[in-house]
Amino acid sequence: MTTSSSTAVRIDGLVKAFDTTIAVDNVSLDIATGELFGFIGPDGAGKTTLFRILVTLLLPDAGHATVLGRDVTTEIWDLRRRVGYMPGRFSLYPDLSVEENLRFFASVFGASVEAQYDLIAPIYDQLAPFKDRRAGALSGGMKQKLALCCALVHRPEILFLDEPTTGVDAVSRREFWELLDRLKASGLTIVVSTPYMDEADRCGRVALMQRGRLLGVDAPARIAASFGRPLFTVSAGERYPLLLATREYRNAATVFPFGDVLHFTDRRDQLRPEQIASELREYLRERGFGDVVITAAAPTIEDTFMARMGEPERAA
Amino acid sequence: MSAFAGLLRKEWLHILRDRRTLLVVIFMPILQVVLFGYAIRTDVSAIRLAIVDPSPDASTIELRSRFGATDAFRIVSVLPNAGTLDRLFASGAVQEAVVFDADFANRLARGLPARILIVADASEPNSGSAMESYALGVIQGYERDIAVKGGAVRIIPEARMRFNPTRASSNLFVPGLIAFVLTIISALMTAISLTREKETGTMEILLVSPLRPIQIIVGKVLAYLVIGFVSVLLVVAEARLIFAVPLRGSLLLLLAEGVLFILTSLSLGILISSRTSSQRVAMIGALAGTMLPTILLSGFIFPIESMPWPLRFISNIVPAKWFVLIARGIMLKGVGLEYLWPQTLILFAMTIVLVAAATRSFRVRLA
Amino acid sequence: MTASPNEAVEARELTRRFGSFTAVDHITFDVHVGEVFGFLGANGAGKTTAIRILTGLLSPTSGTARVAGHDVYTESEWIKRRIGYMSQKFSLYEDLTVAENIRLYGGIYDLSRDTIRERMASMLERLGLAHAARTQVRALPLGWRQKLAFSVALLHEPSIVFLDEPTSGVDPITRRQFWELIYESAARGTTVFVTTHYMDEAEYCDRISIMVAGRIEALGTPAELKQQFGVATIDELFVRLARPTAGAAG
Repeated sequence: MTTSSSTAVRIDGLVKAFDTTIAVDNVSLDIATGELFGFIGPDGAGKTTLFRILVTLLLPDAGHATVLGRDVTTEIWDLRRRVGYMPGRFSLYPDLSVEENLRFFASVFGASVEAQYDLIAPIYDQLAPFKDRRAGALSGGMKQKLALCCALVHRPEILFLDEPTTGVDAVSRREFWELLDRLKASGLTIVVSTPYMDEADRCGRVALMQRGRLLGVDAPARIAASFGRPLFTVSAGERYPLLLATREYRNAATVFPFGDVLHFTDRRDQLRPEQIASELREYLRERGFGDVVITAAAPTIEDTFMARMGEPERAA
Repeated sequence: MSAFAGLLRKEWLHILRDRRTLLVVIFMPILQVVLFGYAIRTDVSAIRLAIVDPSPDASTIELRSRFGATDAFRIVSVLPNAGTLDRLFASGAVQEAVVFDADFANRLARGLPARILIVADASEPNSGSAMESYALGVIQGYERDIAVKGGAVRIIPEARMRFNPTRASSNLFVPGLIAFVLTIISALMTAISLTREKETGTMEILLVSPLRPIQIIVGKVLAYLVIGFVSVLLVVAEARLIFAVPLRGSLLLLLAEGVLFILTSLSLGILISSRTSSQRVAMIGALAGTMLPTILLSGFIFPIESMPWPLRFISNIVPAKWFVLIARGIMLKGVGLEYLWPQTLILFAMTIVLVAAATRSFRVRLA
Repeated sequence: MTASPNEAVEARELTRRFGSFTAVDHITFDVHVGEVFGFLGANGAGKTTAIRILTGLLSPTSGTARVAGHDVYTESEWIKRRIGYMSQKFSLYEDLTVAENIRLYGGIYDLSRDTIRERMASMLERLGLAHAARTQVRALPLGWRQKLAFSVALLHEPSIVFLDEPTSGVDPITRRQFWELIYESAARGTTVFVTTHYMDEAEYCDRISIMVAGRIEALGTPAELKQQFGVATIDELFVRLARPTAGAAG
């Protein structure tokens, strides 16, 4: 490792706008060397634009950023040798085979597949049976793994993965995160973006992003814990009628479906949780939900995200 | 509204709201009408004429002034003998020559038939025959006028088509065809290839790598350069073997000029692709920016001399025009750099400018 | 096979082969009228092919299927009229306005002008988009586009609507609002057939099926399946089913 400092990425007041939209709106944060750092947010949050600035593909309108101690606007050739990048849509050459793709990306960096094989072996071994297959004919999960190999083959010091799990099924997603854990163990700094809130828990620290702004930067557990008010799960037989009835409860602050339960917060956060629960139970029993079950729950990152994101965008 | 009517309306709205395509679709035909209307002329004007008059006298001077009086001709030199004619034809300074026999005036005065030799540069399409008939027209006009006045003269014109004695049309088209083929391969294919990388997203990765723009460009186009080269060889071989098109000059020079022209077209292709991110638009841009001018304004099919001056002016910045001149010169006239150096220099300068512009325009970042 | 008007979708041994590759391998299942049915599976498991068959876009190689009471072999044109469809890839025309899109689809499904006008008004009212009727769709944020596309798919009041990954990439609040729209329409009697990669959305469904390598390996309510396989979440269930063949996938 040639970086002297323990900060891998420093972002300071970065701004980037396109036409009338502000894609990145005054973002500042640091990422430490060796972290597995996640940017969590839906489409349009600005994650891809931010990544492109950090890998020297775009110039920001304002603000600074350094990656591995080098300025992203002025020291681009130095940076490009050290950075691994996997853009969204796993940009591979569909008409080249798995092996040909890998060799090409290795050669572009003056590396060879053989020399760096130990790094990519655990991933590439899964692809090896398909090495002569055209990349265009691979399934989403396989493309994802190949794109990761291609980004790693030159042994970068930091890896930027832009939505590597989007459009890929749950199993492949899990396997991919297991791969990332192994890479992190080897000391590589990894920066990932994802729209899936549950993947936030697999990162060391995360930044929640929405419409160009940061909603919070911290370890996932701490962000979840910062929810700040009592949270309850509510479940009964008939889901939809339960949802409607709970929304009509005059003390309801937020009521959202979460899998097979509802997440409920009360407007009166000063009240003791037991009291909130019992009053709600009474109300719902009166409405005919005799079997309702209400328990206090630990908030998840998704709850915190939704609490912080405010109103979804206006339509026009 | 019925389903079908709804579909019609939708398509109409798509067209109206796509301003750029709309502009092209409406203004392209207007432009084309102008171009085609003025470019497609089979009549020639301002033919550069040389007159060789070894023994000038009243009749030859009368004829000379008639040649000078029409718009069809522009007398560029009057010579006492035919010695320098070859050079003038070779350099393209002269397109047609009227050569009076040494005893033309004498024979005419004595009532004997007198000869005039008409030599036309037939390496230009259409022009050869047209030029010949114009000259004949002037001569016949003179004969008629004398007859009307009561005299009688007989002039025997003898016509010779230089460089293309059989007036085989394949001889005329092949040089231009080479330019055409090279333009397609170099400009069109390059533009498409570069924008395809952008569309699939792989361009992002290339840009983020340590590869310099020049490496990416050269890496992309070298393959097409080789293909273009092979293509040229094939076209020339075909022309020689099947159509017996002459190659009177140096093959090496032709290939060298070909490479120069390929570089020019490649740079154009890169310039076009750097402004677009979709293959479709790149294709249209390449077609409009390279193929159309090549077909219409390079002198490939339609003679440039008969176009109005704005088009003649524009044709000067069409690289294909210069290459066509060079190719014709080498293949049909058999001349070399000693005559073609101006055209080569111009092509060279254009190439340098375009390569520099292409390299500059190929951005190191996405934006 | 007797026609059973109680089922929105009936598939028996439905199979589709492409050359030597079997994409859909003898699947058998029903979708009840008015239910929200989650059709899950990994990419390449055969989901997309199956949906294409059920929406009348592809004919099966063997087996039978009826959708909204119509046979997929002989009455595919009827099926297209009676179902609604919305996918992530195919949504609304971006350069047309909201109102123009609605009128276009209304016309395609042979609704009268008055009907279109009425339904458009109430739809826009319900979505809170009344002021955006003349806005081009491309100017709407993604979440609104998805919600609008869903409503447009329901414009002609189909008995069953097919949704292909309708909430991809959308923020968590809008996603839930979308599902409330789904619940609403199911409560009105529309059958909803939906695919998704969000495993928590699988829990919103009345019943789900999970396809692996062309076959249906699980079919039932989320609660039943979790109990049957001894897992706590549908995510784990998915992994449990897909892992044996994970190496061969691709």
